[in-house]
Amino acid sequence: MAKTLDQVRYKCALGGIQTVQSIEGALPILHAGPGCSDKLSTGYGTSGHFAPRIFPCSNLSEKEVVFGGEERLKELIENSLRIIDADLYVVLTGCSSEIVGDDAGEVTSRFRASGKPVIQASGAGFKGSNYMGYEWVLESIINQYLDEIEPAPEKGLVNVFASLPQHDPYWHGNYDALETLLAKIGLKANIIFGYGRGVKNVNRIPHAEFNLVVSPWLGMETAKLLEERFETPYLHYPNLPIGAYETSAFLREVGNFAELDTDKINAVIEENERRYYYFIERFADLFLENRIMSKRFTVASETQYTLGITKFLVNDLGLFPQKQFAMENVPGKYRSDVKSQFKELRFGIEADISFETDGYLVHEAIRRSDYLGYPLIIGSAWEKKIAKETSAHFLPISWPLNERLIINSSYVGYEGGLKLLEDIYSVVLTRFN
Amino acid sequence: MPFDFTSTTFGIREERLGSLVGYVGSIRDLAEQSCRGSLKDRGRCFSQSSSCDAGCAMGYITHIRDVAMINHAPSGCTAPASAIVTMQTQLADKRSLPYNTVVLGTDLNESDTIFGAAAGLKQTILETWERYKPSAIFVTTSCVSGIIGEDVDAVISEAAEMLPVPVVPIHCEGFKSKVWATGFDACDHAILSAIVKPPQKKGNFVNFKNFNESARADIVEMFESIGVKTFFLYSNTTIEEISHISEALATVSICGTLCSYLGNGLLEKHGVPYINTINPLGVVGFEAWFREVGRVIGKEAEAEAYIERERAIYIPKLEQVREKLKGRRVVLGMGSSFAFQIARVVQELGMEVAYVTSWHYDSRYDDGNPPPHVQHLAASSPVDFPVNIADQQNFELMNILNTYKPDLYLGRHGGTSIWAIKQGVPAIFMADEYMAFGYKRTLSFAYTILDRITNRSFEKNLTARIKLPYTGWWYAQDSGGMYEEAR
Repeated sequence: MAKTLDQVRYKCALGGIQTVQSIEGALPILHAGPGCSDKLSTGYGTSGHFAPRIFPCSNLSEKEVVFGGEERLKELIENSLRIIDADLYVVLTGCSSEIVGDDAGEVTSRFRASGKPVIQASGAGFKGSNYMGYEWVLESIINQYLDEIEPAPEKGLVNVFASLPQHDPYWHGNYDALETLLAKIGLKANIIFGYGRGVKNVNRIPHAEFNLVVSPWLGMETAKLLEERFETPYLHYPNLPIGAYETSAFLREVGNFAELDTDKINAVIEENERRYYYFIERFADLFLENRIMSKRFTVASETQYTLGITKFLVNDLGLFPQKQFAMENVPGKYRSDVKSQFKELRFGIEADISFETDGYLVHEAIRRSDYLGYPLIIGSAWEKKIAKETSAHFLPISWPLNERLIINSSYVGYEGGLKLLEDIYSVVLTRFN
Repeated sequence: MPFDFTSTTFGIREERLGSLVGYVGSIRDLAEQSCRGSLKDRGRCFSQSSSCDAGCAMGYITHIRDVAMINHAPSGCTAPASAIVTMQTQLADKRSLPYNTVVLGTDLNESDTIFGAAAGLKQTILETWERYKPSAIFVTTSCVSGIIGEDVDAVISEAAEMLPVPVVPIHCEGFKSKVWATGFDACDHAILSAIVKPPQKKGNFVNFKNFNESARADIVEMFESIGVKTFFLYSNTTIEEISHISEALATVSICGTLCSYLGNGLLEKHGVPYINTINPLGVVGFEAWFREVGRVIGKEAEAEAYIERERAIYIPKLEQVREKLKGRRVVLGMGSSFAFQIARVVQELGMEVAYVTSWHYDSRYDDGNPPPHVQHLAASSPVDFPVNIADQQNFELMNILNTYKPDLYLGRHGGTSIWAIKQGVPAIFMADEYMAFGYKRTLSFAYTILDRITNRSFEKNLTARIKLPYTGWWYAQDSGGMYEEAR
């Protein structure tokens, strides 16, 4: 049922256009209204090779709503193939075309013999969020584009599914950091999102030794489908590793799963921790001897950060969690698993996690909480007001993010942990007492 | 054109103003056909993602700083909420004002499309009031609420009876009009029918309709010099302030597209004169406009004195820069008013207009007359330059830039300037509506152009390293090659 969406933190399924856009060579074709792409492209970094103004779109008007838009879609696809040079064309259907009942799948299937791959996925906004739209795009790629490929598993090749492309401002940096971490222990990441990857890596998906989902829940549908289609096993690592403690745990678990040499893994961990703690030791004066750093914190973000940063701040930095919020409308079936992750912190510490989509209620809860001093609030642009009201140290990191620019940095890994400390303390240092 | 402010709905631009988004021709043909009323919209068999009237309405109504906007739509339609709030808060901060407007949605889902969402909408309206106590609540509609036939007006009437503030629908279903500027009219219709009160007294101020008031300080000073105050709308306004715009001496605007509905509506409903000259961009536009303002409010001598003072300072400086810009060829891509107003400024500055692409075109305004700036330009332009109308159809624009190879592209609305640059054409994103306002800003505009065409580093660097998305086949076609009848 319609509900009060106060402080929107997720988009609709048509946000799948951003998933397509993140795969080099793939072009979204929208069978949707004229403004859909415009509205879903808020944020920065959307003017890549294929950008919203390039996406073919049927710009549905009253005529198609009344008489149907299948013919319009047919000529749109036909001309897209002639006008725009892409390796993979992904037709995404929006609310209007799905409610009026256009059979976009059938229209798309007519282009099977066109020489260029054309596939279709649902992006109906009323059917789910952009997190769903991501899985639906991947599903259509697997079922309609990779359907005829025979898997030929390659030792050490790992498909990685982690952050939601474009929606997570740090998505590119996160994938880069995961690729670097895996390389340290001798695995080759096969990632389809971002620079230099694209459709050529999509083609490699069936040949991976295993699939690695580094996310509390997103990507699980895809991993299960890949297991079904290509018999590829998967490892679900439910936490985005930030800082030394979590990154070392991540490398151990992946190493175990891939049956890699334990001594080699331990050596990699030891060397990386030594370097990490070189910096921590040098800057411990700031971390330990200042008047105003928060003792307790709240993260109100998508679960990958709410969990990842909670683990980092508790297990690495020694802070204490106040109430935490997972804001992306986590599907019901994943909630108990996600919840249990917040209980697995060091020294028996448990964080109180709420699944919430109503930002107003989150802010009410922050207002009522005692942080034993200045709160540390990590969230999105929406938290700016409540942070000001509660005199919090405030670091916005997730969508919507309006007043910070993220190009390709990341909080993932050993380096990412240091980067998060830089960003938190750059806020803290603006006050003395 | 008679307005009906007793209805919650209004005629879209295509019906009211004979507006179109598909045309290829020239400035003189466009001007003549506007007078004859013979322009017809031409359909395309290929199109690229554009913008919708709902996005336009949402972005405009939220300039008011003490209201709630509820978007009766799936979550994605409300995605710009935070960007809007941040931008408006920054605008308000600039003037040390609080920005308390909130933007909510109803997150329509699949069951709503089957069973309707009236109860959820009503609940959200009441909840919004409980939480924020706004001075008014505007409910914007969407493609989904429109297609499922939701009776939004009925829900709103019910909720309105329970609340002490106006609850007002803004009908802006995204599929309803091909012209996103219809979204401005949707806002103005809501404001005129539900917020503006009949005049209690005559005020000593003019309504100045604009977007983001960047030239506010200069304009306030300018009107003070002729003895009147200025009320900018809707940026940083409150509902209480807006309720008095019927008391103004006159309504003026930075953009004919933006103000046609409000300006003519206020004139018809409350007798407030609407200055419908060409807009105050460039010297010619500014002087025609300011003289008319002076005439209408009875301050002719004062206006003339102001013009004389400013001319003495700026005309010699403008002459100098004109020499340096002379002969440069420019392609423009902008809205229905700015495209032709800035084209006029380009010619004033000694440059040549190679091509104008206008995001839409209104054959006439709400006073029944063709847009004055197109008539003016058709008469004043030394040549009959080519024009097309395209709702940000980037593939046509890139084809045009490739054919005409101008020295500069001037674009308004995000998303096209970057593509000109990618194609190697220096470009200026004219986001600020005041970029060529009056003498001082026309001069800075001229120097901005000079800087831009002198330092071409950015596009040289980028163009050398990227591949464009369009096929060679497309660049070999005529830019109008995707019109239905052309195929």
